[in-house]
Order: sequence, then C-alpha cells, then structure tokens
Amino acid sequence: MRPKLLKSALGWLVVFVFFFPVLWMWLEALKTEPQAASSPPTIFFAPTLEEFQTVLSGDFPPYFINSAIASILSTFLVVALGLPAAYALAIRPVKRSRDVLFFFISTRFLPFAASLVPLYLLARDLHLLDNIFALALIYTTINLPLGVWLLRSFLLEIPHDLFEAARVDGAQFRHEILRIVVPLIAPGIAATSLICLIFSWNEFFYAVNFTSSEAATAPLFLVSFISGRGLFYAKLAAAATLASLPVLLAGWIAQKQLIRGLTMGAVK
Amino acid sequence: MRATAASALGREAWARRLPLLPAFVYVFLVTQIPFVLTIYYSFFSWNLLKPGSFRFAGLENYGSIFTSESIRIAVWNTVLLTISVIGISVVLGLGVAMILNSEVFGKGLMRTLMIAPFLIMPTAGALIWKDTLLNPLFGLLPYLLSPFGLGRVDWVNQYPMVTVVTVEVWRWTPFMMLIILAGLQSQNPEVLEAARVDGANAIQSFRRITLPLVRPFIELGALLGSLFVVQTFDSIFMLTFGGPGEDTTNIPFLLYLVAFQGFSIGEASAIGVVAVIITTIVATLALRTLFSIFQIEARR
Repeated sequence: MRPKLLKSALGWLVVFVFFFPVLWMWLEALKTEPQAASSPPTIFFAPTLEEFQTVLSGDFPPYFINSAIASILSTFLVVALGLPAAYALAIRPVKRSRDVLFFFISTRFLPFAASLVPLYLLARDLHLLDNIFALALIYTTINLPLGVWLLRSFLLEIPHDLFEAARVDGAQFRHEILRIVVPLIAPGIAATSLICLIFSWNEFFYAVNFTSSEAATAPLFLVSFISGRGLFYAKLAAAATLASLPVLLAGWIAQKQLIRGLTMGAVK
Repeated sequence: MRATAASALGREAWARRLPLLPAFVYVFLVTQIPFVLTIYYSFFSWNLLKPGSFRFAGLENYGSIFTSESIRIAVWNTVLLTISVIGISVVLGLGVAMILNSEVFGKGLMRTLMIAPFLIMPTAGALIWKDTLLNPLFGLLPYLLSPFGLGRVDWVNQYPMVTVVTVEVWRWTPFMMLIILAGLQSQNPEVLEAARVDGANAIQSFRRITLPLVRPFIELGALLGSLFVVQTFDSIFMLTFGGPGEDTTNIPFLLYLVAFQGFSIGEASAIGVVAVIITTIVATLALRTLFSIFQIEARR
C-alpha cells in the first residue's frame, strides 16, 4: 500500500507541473484585466466570463472560422485522395509500392524550406495570398503523405479474403470500396482525420507567411498580442484558451487514435 | 492474341494505378516542382523589394552560406535545440510513462491531463509561458522564485535558449510519454514478476528486461520527435523572435528572416536547398531504422 501511495503522490506532482501552464491559462482567462496583471499574481478571485465575451464579440470569430475552414477542408481532401491511394498500396499493390510509399512519407519530412519560396511566388502571382482555400491546399499537401501512410496501415489489417470474395461476387470496384472498405476502416479514417485536424489547426508557419487579414487563422490572432496591444493578459489567455479548445477536446476524446496517428500507425 | 493479352495486362495495371494517381500527382506537383524551382532560384540573386534585381549569380548564394556567420549560428542552434529537447523529453517521458504503467491512483486522469501540453496550440502555449508565467513583472514563476533570489530574472531575454528548450520540452515530453507508455503496456507483467521472484532488484529488472523492451519505442519517439523539433518555428517566433541577437535563430527561423523580412529570394532558396540535403540524410536514416524496428510490411 505504501509504495502505491508514494508513487501516486510523485506521479500527481509531475502531472501537476506539466498541466499547470494549461490550468494557469484557464485561471488567467477567468480573471479581470487588473487581476491578471497584478504583482504579486492574484491566486484567489471571483471568476468572470467577461474576457471570453470580449474576445467572442470582438474580432476573434473570423480567425476561428478561417481555421475551421482550412482544417476541415484539408482533412476532407486528405481522406478523399488518400483512401484510394492507400487502397492501391495495401490491397491491390501496384509495382514498386514500397518506393511509392517511401516517396510519400519523405515529402512529409521535407523541410518547408524546400518549396516555400516558389509556392509563395506562385501564390503571389495567382493572387492567392491571403486566400483561405489556398492555405487549405497547402495543409492538404502537408497531411496527405501521413494520411496515405496511416490509412494504409489500417487497410492492411482487413483480412485479404474479404476483398477476394467481393471480387468473385463480381462486385464493382466502387462497390467494393463503399461496401467493404469504408465501414471496416472507419476507425482508421477517424484517426487520420484527427491527426490532420490537429496539424492543420495548430499550423503557424504557412499561416503567418501566406495570409494577412482576410484568411488569417486562429494562431495569427494570438500573434497580435505579442506587440502593440499592451497588457491584455486576461484577454490573451481567453483567446489562447478558445484557440486551443477544439484540438484539446478532440485529442482528449480520441486518445487511442492519437497515439496510433502520431506514430504513423506503428504503435497500435 | 499476344497483343490483346498484353493490353489486358496493361489495362489491369492501369486499373491498379488509377486510385493512386490523384494523390501521387498532387503531392508530386506541390512538392517536387517547387523544389526544382527552389534549386533554380538558388543560382540567382533576386530581391523582391528591388524590381529588376533578378540576375544570374552562379554559386554566389552558396558561397555566402558557407562563409556566413549567421548560418553557422543557426545550424548550431538547430542542433543544440533538437538534441537537448529530444534528450530531456525522452528521459522525462520515460519516467512519467513508468509511473503511469505502475499501480497508481487516477491513472486515466493523469494521462489525460499529461497530454494537454502537446495538444495546446504551440503559439498559445508559448504566449502563456512568455506573458503570464515568465514575465519578470507580473509572471508567476519570478514571483514563486523570488525567495531564492531569482525574483527579477527576465528569462526570455537573459536565458533565451533555456526558455525555448523548456517550452519545447514541456510540449514534447507528453509525446514521448505516450509512445513509451504504449511500449511498456506491451510488456508481459509475468516476466517482471518472475524476475522479482528470481531475486532481481528493481534496477536490474529495469535494465535487463524493461529497457530492452521499450528501446524500439524510445527510438521511434526520438526519431519522429526530432523530425518535428528540427522544424521548430512557432515557439521561437512567439518567445524570442530569434533573439536576442541571433541567440535562438535556428534554420527555419533564419529562412523566415531571409525570405520574408529580407525578401532575398535567391539566398533563401540556397538555404532551403542546404536544409533539404541535411534533412534528407537524417530522415532517410530515420525512416530506414523505423522500417526495420517495426518491420512494417511493405510487401503485400
């Protein structure tokens, strides 16, 4: 009994230290501005939702909506393009499948340095800078290799006989996909979507360089707090809380899919 | 006869390739062609802010890369940041994973709270650290540390690299913990029990049984983690903006400065080419190891 208690205490201490910045963010968000910028820091206070209201009724919603458009659209495209590709690599493999797979995944880890400048120039010339759909296309590129790889790892787990049976039945390719594949890899699609949503929702580098006002996403709203707005700590914390909320909730709900997705399917 | 057989075979091959094509063509167009253009631009001198400045420069850009102090500092900072973040977060992640794998109260809740730093938007996390935790006037940490004489330390400006590493370790420890925990959970508890019965102490069974088992998981976490940490940009942008001076400027941030603050397209492209070469070498090694560790079947 004693070692269990001791270990629990140690564990909770460590978890508290790691979770504390998140907790502090929430606490700051529930303060008034003078409380948030007080010295010494205010620990006990009457919580208020005032700053959340300020943020939500102010200029934050368009940023949030842009983030949602870019993340959802790119996730949809990743699944739509990635599922057939994963099928071609896992179930009815083309020649040199392994090389193709390697090619896909190597593009995920190409530094953005590789294509940044030409993409920027192209977007500029096509007047696609500060366009949320162009940003969604970039996020699709970032996530598609991971999506193909992950979906393939799920497809490999489906018994091969199922596809053979469908083919003998004379099922059309399209039917095969819809009737057999989609229901069986629903968990795979969920895991892939989760990872794509996380990466594109939190993405900052392309957002800061390819958008300015019209298409700016949630992380860019936070940038405006680094400079120019003075001491708005409570508002800052409220905005940071809201911006982080979708990914935090999704990751908490789908912890099992999270680990599989993060390791590209290697850890089940 | 042979012709029809061949064309049937060809049709079959195309039927197989067809589902692959959209994704393949898309990824190819958006990553490979720009990369070729990056190589092309790297041989030119071109500043976007100076119309008409586009001229062939040969190897000038590369020459300045290899002689420039900024690049050397950026490479060093990238290496330092990656190695310290991965090293520290693997050790901490292993520790937390071992606690979570033993008999403790509230395991599920602990794990849930523990992964929060990884899920929080990196820009948001960095901002919270900088403005509400580390701020020398109103931050919580200087206040808590003031009895120890560290009350008025301006962490972001006095210890910029320590600050960036701390925030990144905070973010990546949960990632390592998740992967290592999965490894620990694949361990058969009876083996440990048997070792204990045979008189092995805790340290012996950790070194001889647990560590060899989780080693591939640690390697996987370290490899994937370093591919991400090498690209660290968000927290540097929010915390230090690469400064003071160039103290926390890594390669991605230098690229940002050259391309989007200096608008030197040619030089930025040359940095890009060099970064790609370095990353390709590292990533190829990493992926090959990954393939062999987890024996990912690519045959079927």
